[in-house]
This record gives sequence, structure tokens and C-alpha cells, in this order.
Amino acid sequence: MLIYVLRALVKMAVTLLVIVTLVFFATRLSGNPVDFVLGDGISREDRELLIAYYGLDATIGSQYWRYLVSVFSGEFGLSFLERRPVSQIVFERAWPSLKLLLSAISFTLIVSVPLGILAAIYRTSIIGSVVMVIAFLGYAVPAFIIGILLVLIFGYTLNWLPVIGDGSALHFIMPTLAISGMLVAAITRFTRNAMLDVLSQDYMRTARAKGLPEWVVILKHGLRNASITLLSVIGLQIAGLAASGSVVVEAIFAWPGIGDLLVRSAILRDYPVLQFAVLSVAIVVIVINAAVDIAYAYADPRIRLAKG
Amino acid sequence: MTDLTQTSSSPGSAPFHIPVWSDANWIVRIALLVGLVLIFVALAAPLIAPFDPNAQSLISRLRPPVGFERYKDGFLFGTDELGRDILSRCIYGLRLTFALALAGSVIGLLIGGTLGLLAGIAGGVVEDFVMAMVDTQIAIPFTLIALLILAVMGSSLDVMVLVLGVYGWEQYARIVRAEVKKLTQMPFVEAAQAAGATPLRIAFHHILPNVVSPIVVQFTLNFSNIVILESTLSFLGLGVQPPTATLGSMVGIGRDYLPTAPWIVLAPAAVILLLTFAVQILGDWLRDKADVRLRSR
Repeated sequence: MLIYVLRALVKMAVTLLVIVTLVFFATRLSGNPVDFVLGDGISREDRELLIAYYGLDATIGSQYWRYLVSVFSGEFGLSFLERRPVSQIVFERAWPSLKLLLSAISFTLIVSVPLGILAAIYRTSIIGSVVMVIAFLGYAVPAFIIGILLVLIFGYTLNWLPVIGDGSALHFIMPTLAISGMLVAAITRFTRNAMLDVLSQDYMRTARAKGLPEWVVILKHGLRNASITLLSVIGLQIAGLAASGSVVVEAIFAWPGIGDLLVRSAILRDYPVLQFAVLSVAIVVIVINAAVDIAYAYADPRIRLAKG
Repeated sequence: MTDLTQTSSSPGSAPFHIPVWSDANWIVRIALLVGLVLIFVALAAPLIAPFDPNAQSLISRLRPPVGFERYKDGFLFGTDELGRDILSRCIYGLRLTFALALAGSVIGLLIGGTLGLLAGIAGGVVEDFVMAMVDTQIAIPFTLIALLILAVMGSSLDVMVLVLGVYGWEQYARIVRAEVKKLTQMPFVEAAQAAGATPLRIAFHHILPNVVSPIVVQFTLNFSNIVILESTLSFLGLGVQPPTATLGSMVGIGRDYLPTAPWIVLAPAAVILLLTFAVQILGDWLRDKADVRLRSR
């Protein structure tokens, strides 16, 4: 168990270092950011001053070192455009993103787990096939198309739902649906497969033989045993899927979250903001993955009780 | 069933069994037909597009598709905010999306396949290193990497190919490595080694042909993801820049005219869905065909 946890932590540390390094070299290899951001209307002295201020005249090695130090001490510099600390800008947007994600993930679980169970129980009948076809095709629908169609139907045509911002509960409906599309498709499939593995086990037959009602057999004996596999798969997949889904969906609905910030800073080339936002999202995803990995090891007695 | 057992006993012959029309159910047949039509349209774009996709005509701006009021003759799918023909732009957009996705898939396959082959054959430190890179790539959401590259290197056709080329390499690397490790245990590889074949000859002559089938499956499944990624980035305005049309950028720009001229968005969105559905269905079908475990069920 200890070795397993250690290995997960080392893997996490390596991944973090790689993404930190990648972000550094990506932003530095593209030339001098000062020239890009300030353009031509700047005097030679001011330019030199700024280059010295940002430390861009040092060798790439010492820049990298200083960057690492600043990353680990929590110093991330100022936004090129807003002249505010980037950490402040990103943290302001963390809560709206988190709210939207929680909403999308809850919706996904509420819809896809029952659908997956249905598809597993009725796998040979028409219900199972219909659910699986929907889940299957749902995986091929880009989130932005769902978003745009929702806006067209419920926003402009029916005029039921607000299109922009995060002001009220109604604002959550369309972005939640748009992010959830692909997640529902993926997790319905996982649930179905996890349930199928469990349904054919001997203890299910025993439970039925004891005369338990069918729903108790399915939920208590089936779902409970499937849930360990299910939770670990969901944990490992959902962070990455949700991160990429929320980027485009937040941009569509002008949701004041990190996804919208990522797209905006990428288009406007506000490197300090982009850099910090990419790092924050990547770190959150990586830490969640490591946590799920360790939690799974803890829940599985074969790994928990193994030597070490 | 028989074809697969045969291939594993006769290395060197083409192992990928090309499934025929009669094996397929009606959903797969439709997907196959749609796919072929889309490929034909993309290839023949200059011949079948009724107008120049970038030709503007300010007097025929925002005209609706055929069958609606104010429809203008010839512009079957209507026109956009600059009076460009939407059908022609869809056709050219499809062509470009196809080309980008194909280039991206092939590059990803080459990078991942090479690294996987290397890891599987060399083993040891090389393998550990490659697999650590694979794990890292899996752990980082690709959208972040794509945004970073596009912001830093600018949005152009070349950069887009690069971004799409990086996408998915880790899947190929994993699959190829696993297959290679399995195959190197096979008697025919041992026999080749005993006969004095060089590692290079073993890699290209004995192992590579046997990895084709899982790669073809992964390629198809990956293709629809790449189409989605390309459309999403173009939709956000980070992909190929105007006036060049890709399906995603048409949706992205048309979004501003959604309340008054929804057809600008609906036509390219429908083409994207047709493409991803067809590819997804075919990919899944190929996987079922190629997977021995599933077929024996």
C-alpha cells in the first residue's frame, strides 16, 4: 500500500514538473513577449527597462530557474492587459467554474448511472439498444454544437432561458447540459460495462435465491459492488473531460470562469494569465487523478493489504 | 473468426481483414455510404461547389436557404453575412477539415507508433522513459496544451497541423508497445532471431505487419476526436483564420447571426455531425470486427 501510494505521488510530481517546464518553454521560445505585447510605439530605453524588469535578458537556464522559484513561492506576475496579479484574476474565476462543474457532474451522474444500469439489465431488449445508441452517438457530438443548438432553441426561438452570464439558477441550465453531453455518453457506457461485469457474478444469483426483491438485488448487491470500479473510472475520466468541455462551453455562454479566461487570454496572448490558468487547471486535474488513484487503492483490499 | 486465427499463424501476410458489405448491418451501411459521399465531396470540392467559397456579394447578404421567403436563386443553403454561398463554404470547409484531420492523425500515428515500437523492442530505460511520457500526456487535458501552442505560435494552418499531430500520439504508443511486447514472445519472432535476423528486420518485417489491425481501429476512433478538436478550436477563433472556411469556424462566426440567420450555423453543424457520426460508427464496427474477444462472445 505504502509503495503504491508513493508511486502515485512520484508520478504526480513528475507530471507536475513536466507541465511546469512545458509551459515555461512554450511561452519563452516564441520570442520576446515584450515586443509582442507593446508593439512599435515604445522608446528604446523603455523597452530595455521592461526587458530588464521582467528578467528577459538573462540566459534561458537562469530564467527557468527563477521561474521555478517563483512558481513554487506563488509569484506569478502581472497580467499584460489588466495590470493585476494573475493569481488574483484566476482565483476570482475559480468559483464560477467550480459551480458550473459541480452542476454538470451532478446532472451527469443523476442521468447516466440509472441509464447505464437500465442498459445493463435490458441489454438484449430494445431499451438497452436505444440507450446505448444514444450514449454512443452522444460521444461524437462536440460540446459547442450542443451549446449552439440549445441557445438557438431555448434562447432565441422559445425565449425561455438567458443566454449569457451566471446571474441566476436559470443561467445554469444550458451550460450544464452542454458540458454534460459528452460526460453522460461516456459514463453511461462505463456504468453499463461495470454493471454487466457484476450482474453475472454468483452472489447475484444467491441474492435472488434468497428471495430478495429485484431492486434490492440490483441496487444493493449489484450497484454497490460495481461502484468501486465505476468511481475510479469516473474519477480518472471526469476531471479531464470536464476541463476540456468547460473551456468551450464557458466561452459560448460568456460564463465568468477559468475556461472563458483561458480562451480569452489565448486569443489576446496575455501570456502571464494563460500560463497561470493552464498551470492551475492542470494541477487540479493531476492532483484529483492522484487522489482517485490512491483512494482506489485504499478501497481495494487486494492492494491495501498487500505487502509494503 | 477463421481469418484472424489464420493471420496469427502466418506472419507477413496482410493481417487486416477488410470487412465486406455483407458483414455490415444497416446502420454501418448508412455510415459507410455517408462517409464515402463526404470523402467524394471533399475530394471533388472545386468541381461541385456552385460558387467560389470566398466570393462576397453584398446585395445578397443573409439570404435564407431554398424554400424560405427571400431565397435567392442558386444559393441552395442560403448566404452568410458577407453574401458568401454557404453550400460552397461547407464543401470547402469539409475539404479543409478532412485534410487537417487526416494530416493530424497521420502525424500522431507516426510519432506514437515510432515511440511505441521503440519502447516495445528496446525495453529497459527507453521503455520506462516513453511510458512516463505517455502517462504524463494522459494526465494533462489536451485542450490546455492546444490553447498554449496556438497562443504562443499563432493561429495558422501549419500550427493547426502541429497541434492536431500531437493529439493522440500516446494512444498509438500504448497500443503499439503492448502489441510489440506480446508479439516478441511469439514463436515466429524467436525463430527469426534464431535464424540471425537483425533487430531492424524483425521490427519492420515480422512485427510491424502484425500491429496493423489495432492501429487501423485506433486511427478511425481517433479521427472523429480530431475532427471534434479541430472544429472546437476553429469555433473558438483559434484555428484557421478567416476568410478560409473550416466547418468549426463557420459555426463560430455564424454564432453572431444566430437569432436572425440560424442557417449560417445549422448547415456546417449538420455536416460536422454527419462526419463524426459516420466515423464513430465505422470505428466502433471495425473494433468489434478486429477484437477476437468480443467476436467469440
